[in-house]
Amino acid sequence: MFLLEVTSEQIFQQALNGVSKGAVYALIAVGYTMVYGVLQLINFAHGEVYMLGAYFAYYPAKWAGYIPDEGGEKPKVPLYFIGVCILFSMAACAAIGMLIERLAYRPLRNASRLAALITAIGVSLLLQNGSQIMFGSDPKYFPRFMDRESVQLGMFDVSNTQVTIMVVAAVAMIGLHLFVQKTKPGMAMRAVSFDMRTARLMGVNVDGTIALTFAIGSIMASIGGVLIAMDQPRLTPLMGLLMGLKAFVAAVLGGIGSIPGAALGGLILGIAESVVGTWSTTYADAVAFVILILVLLVKPSGLLGKTGREKV
Amino acid sequence: MRRSLATLLVALAICAGMNLFLAQFIEEYVVQVINMVGVSIILAVSLNVINGLTGQFSLGHAGFMAIGAYVSAFFTTDLSYFNPDTAEYVTDPALVSSVWGYLGALIAGGVAAAVAGVLVGIPTLRLKGDYLAIATLGFGEIVRILITNFEKVGGANGLSGVPQFQIVLSGEGKDALALDGTFFIFSFVIICVLLSAQLQRSTFGRALIAVRENELAAEVMGIPTVRMKIFAFVYGAFFAGIAGGLFAHLLQTVTPASFTFMKSVEVVVMLVLGGLGSMTGAIVGAIVLTVLPEALRDVEQEADLPGIRMVVYSLVLILLMIFRPQGIFGQRELSLRLLRRLVPGRRISGDETPKPSEDRKGTEL
Amino acid sequence: MTALLETKSLTIRFGGLTAVDSFNLSINEGDLFGLIGPNGAGKTTVFNMLTGVYLPTEGTAQFDGQLINGKNPVQVARLGISRTFQNIRLFDELSVLENAMTGAHQHARLTVWESLFRLPRHYKEEARQRERAYELLAFMGLDDRAGLTAKQLPYGHRRKLEIARALATEPRLICLDEPAAGMNTGEKSELSALIRKIRDELNVTVLVIEHDMKLVMGICEKVQVLDYGETIALGTPREVQNDPKVIEAYLGGD
Repeated sequence: MFLLEVTSEQIFQQALNGVSKGAVYALIAVGYTMVYGVLQLINFAHGEVYMLGAYFAYYPAKWAGYIPDEGGEKPKVPLYFIGVCILFSMAACAAIGMLIERLAYRPLRNASRLAALITAIGVSLLLQNGSQIMFGSDPKYFPRFMDRESVQLGMFDVSNTQVTIMVVAAVAMIGLHLFVQKTKPGMAMRAVSFDMRTARLMGVNVDGTIALTFAIGSIMASIGGVLIAMDQPRLTPLMGLLMGLKAFVAAVLGGIGSIPGAALGGLILGIAESVVGTWSTTYADAVAFVILILVLLVKPSGLLGKTGREKV
Repeated sequence: MRRSLATLLVALAICAGMNLFLAQFIEEYVVQVINMVGVSIILAVSLNVINGLTGQFSLGHAGFMAIGAYVSAFFTTDLSYFNPDTAEYVTDPALVSSVWGYLGALIAGGVAAAVAGVLVGIPTLRLKGDYLAIATLGFGEIVRILITNFEKVGGANGLSGVPQFQIVLSGEGKDALALDGTFFIFSFVIICVLLSAQLQRSTFGRALIAVRENELAAEVMGIPTVRMKIFAFVYGAFFAGIAGGLFAHLLQTVTPASFTFMKSVEVVVMLVLGGLGSMTGAIVGAIVLTVLPEALRDVEQEADLPGIRMVVYSLVLILLMIFRPQGIFGQRELSLRLLRRLVPGRRISGDETPKPSEDRKGTEL
Repeated sequence: MTALLETKSLTIRFGGLTAVDSFNLSINEGDLFGLIGPNGAGKTTVFNMLTGVYLPTEGTAQFDGQLINGKNPVQVARLGISRTFQNIRLFDELSVLENAMTGAHQHARLTVWESLFRLPRHYKEEARQRERAYELLAFMGLDDRAGLTAKQLPYGHRRKLEIARALATEPRLICLDEPAAGMNTGEKSELSALIRKIRDELNVTVLVIEHDMKLVMGICEKVQVLDYGETIALGTPREVQNDPKVIEAYLGGD
C-alpha cells in the first residue's frame, strides 16, 4: 500500500465536506437514539426507512413527469417541487415507521431483547428485499433540482447542495430539539424514555408516544434520504444498509439516548470519514467501525450519554 | 476417551462411505448443497457455543469465517498479484500442495481465527447484549474491509483458483475412487459436533451456561466468567475459521463479499430457528436454512419473482420471533432420554434421575 | 483467637450518598452471626462489599488474615466466602443437580482439554462434583428433585438450592442474604434448623442477614444491628432485643 501526498488544504476541504455528510448521519442517528431511548431497541430497520425516504421523494417527481425515459432529455424541475417531494416522503416514511412499530415491535415489547433485535434485523431484510421487488434492483436517478454551483469561501469550495444540506439539517435538528424540550408530546417522550411504567401511571399515553417517536425518527430519516439524493442521486434498495449502520455508530458515539449527542456524533463521524477518505475511500468505510469499537471500549455511554448501574 | 475415539472412527468411516456414495450416484449440484449444509452446521454449532451456551450475542461470525477462509487459501493457492515496486504481475506458487498440507492450512486458518477470537473476547469483559452485538458486527466489517484492501489476496475481487484436494483410494484420473470435499467437510462436522457435545456436558459447559444464566451468581460461585467468555469466543472462532477454510476450498474462490454482516446474521438466524442454546437446534436450523433458499430458488424462477425468496425468509424470521421466539427445540437437546420420554408408557418423570453411584457415562453422546 | 472475618471502618458512597458508614464487624470461626436492621439499612451493601461485588470507598476487610477489599468476586470465592442472594439468582435452565455442581466447579483440577477429549480426569471430576452435589442436596432435603430444572422448583426450595450451591464451593464462611424472605412459618422453622446444621455439621461459619427479628433471634448467637449504614447495637440476642436504640429503629422508623 502506498500513501498519496496530501496537503493540509485538501484535508481541511475534506473536513468541510465531512460536515455535510455528518449532518445527514446526524439526521438518521436521532431516529436510532430516540427509539433506543424509549424501547432499548436497536431499530435495525431505520437505515431502510432512510432508503425509502429517498425513493418516496423520487416517485412524485416521476409521476409528475420530471424523470426522463432512458436516453431522453432531462427536463428542468422547478425548485418548488422539491417541497412536494419532501412532504410526500416525510408523510410516507412516518406512516412506514409507525407501521413497523405497530406490526413488528409492539407484539414483542415484553419479549427478550434478543428476540426484538432479531426481529429488527428481519424487518430490515424485509424492507430491503421488498424494495428490490417493488422498485427493481437497478439504480434509480434522482432528478437535479439545482445546478451544481460552487462558492469560494476563503480557501475552500462549498457547493450549493452542501449548503442546502447543512441548512436544512440544522433547521430540522433544532426543530426536533425544541419539540422534545418544549412541547407536551415531547415531554411525554422524555418521560417514557426515563421510566415507561411510571410514565404510564402518570397518565402518559405510552403506546401513542412510542408511535410518535417512530414517526418523528422516520421523518428525520426521510429528510436525510432526500438530502443525500440531492447530492448523490443514485438510489438503490441497498443504500440504507451501510448508511444505517454508520448512523447507529454516530448515535453510540454521541451517547445513545441523547439527541444533541446524535448531532455531535454524526458530525465527528462525517468529518473523520472524509478526512481518512483523502487517502483511501475503502478504508474510510472502516473508520465508523473502528470508532465504534473504541467508544465501546473506552466510554460505552458515549460522549454525552449517561451511565447506568445494575442493581444487585 | 476410548468411547469418543470409537465414535469418531465409526463416524469418519460413515463420512467416507457417504462421500463415495454421493460422488457415485447423486448429481453434482445436490452434492454441492449437501456440502454447504456441512459448512453451515459447523458455523451454527460453533456460534451456539458463544451465543447459545454462554449467552454472548456475537454478530461477527462471518469475520472469523473470513479469516479462516483467507488464511487457509493463502497457503494452498497460487497468488497472482500486481507488484507496484516492479510494476508487473507476479505469481507466488502455493505453499502447500498435499492433502496433509491442506489439513495444516485449515488448522492454521482456525488458529488465526481463534487468535482474533481472543481479540474480540476481550471487549466482552465490558459489553453486554446489543452493545456486544454491535461491537462484534463492527469487528466483522473491519475484517472484511481490511481484506478488501489487501491486494496480495486479490482485494475486492478476491482469490480464485483455490484448489480442491482429494485422497485417492484406487484408480487414476477421472475414474479414480477418491475421498474429496464431502469427506473433509463432514469429518470436521463430526469433530465439531462431538467436541461441542462433550464440552456442553462437562464442568466447563455448565460454567458457560452459568455465565449465560446469571453472570453475577457465576462469579460469586468462583467461576472465572471473563476467562469463560474468552474461551467461548476462541472455541467458536476456531471452528468458524475451519468452516471458512472448507468453504473456500469447496467453492474454489473467496471474495470479501461472501463475508458481509448478512452472513453473520444468517448463522444467528439458524440458531434462533433451531432454538438458541440447543445444539440439536443449531444443526436442524443449519440444514433447513441452507436447503430452503435453494428450494425457493426454483420457486422464484417459476413464479418469475426474483427476490421473493429473501422476502419469505425475512417474513418467516419476524413471525418466528413474534410467535415462537424460543425456536423449534427451545434449549432442549434431542437425546435418547428425550425420545424415551416421548414414547408413551415409559415416562420418566423429572425426579427419577439416576443416583451418583450409577454409571452415567453412557449418556455422553 | 483472631477473627475469621474482620472489617474496620468499611465505608461506601454512591455519588454523594453514604450507604454504609464506618462499618466494623468481627466474626470468629464457628460463629452463627446475625446482621439485622430495617429495610434500607445497608445490609446487602455490606454483603456486596464482602464478596467483591462492590468496591468499598474506605476501610478494610480481612478474611483469615488476608485483605479482601479490592478482590473480585471470583478471588473472594476462592478464599472461601460464599453467599446467597436476596433476589434469588439461580441458573434457571440448569437442573437442580447441575446448579449444585457449578458450585464445585472452582475446585476442578482439570483443563478444558481433558474435558473436550474425555481424558480420565474428566470422569473423575464429574464423579466428584456429582457426589458432592448429591450430598449437599440431600443435606438440604432436595435430593429427590435433582432432575428438575431450577426454574421448576417452588420458591422455598429455590432458596434452599441457592444455599446448597453456595455450600458446594466448600466455603469457610457462608453469607445468607434474607434466606427466609417469603417463607411461611413452617418453612422458616425448617430453615432455622438447617442453618444451625450448616454450622454444627459442616463446620461452616454463618453470617445471616434478616429483617425478620424472630428468626435471627432464634438461631444466632451474636447479633449486630445496622441502621442507616451505622451499627447501633451488638451483643447476644437478648441484649440487643432490650436495647432502646434498636426498639426505636424498628418501631419508630416504620
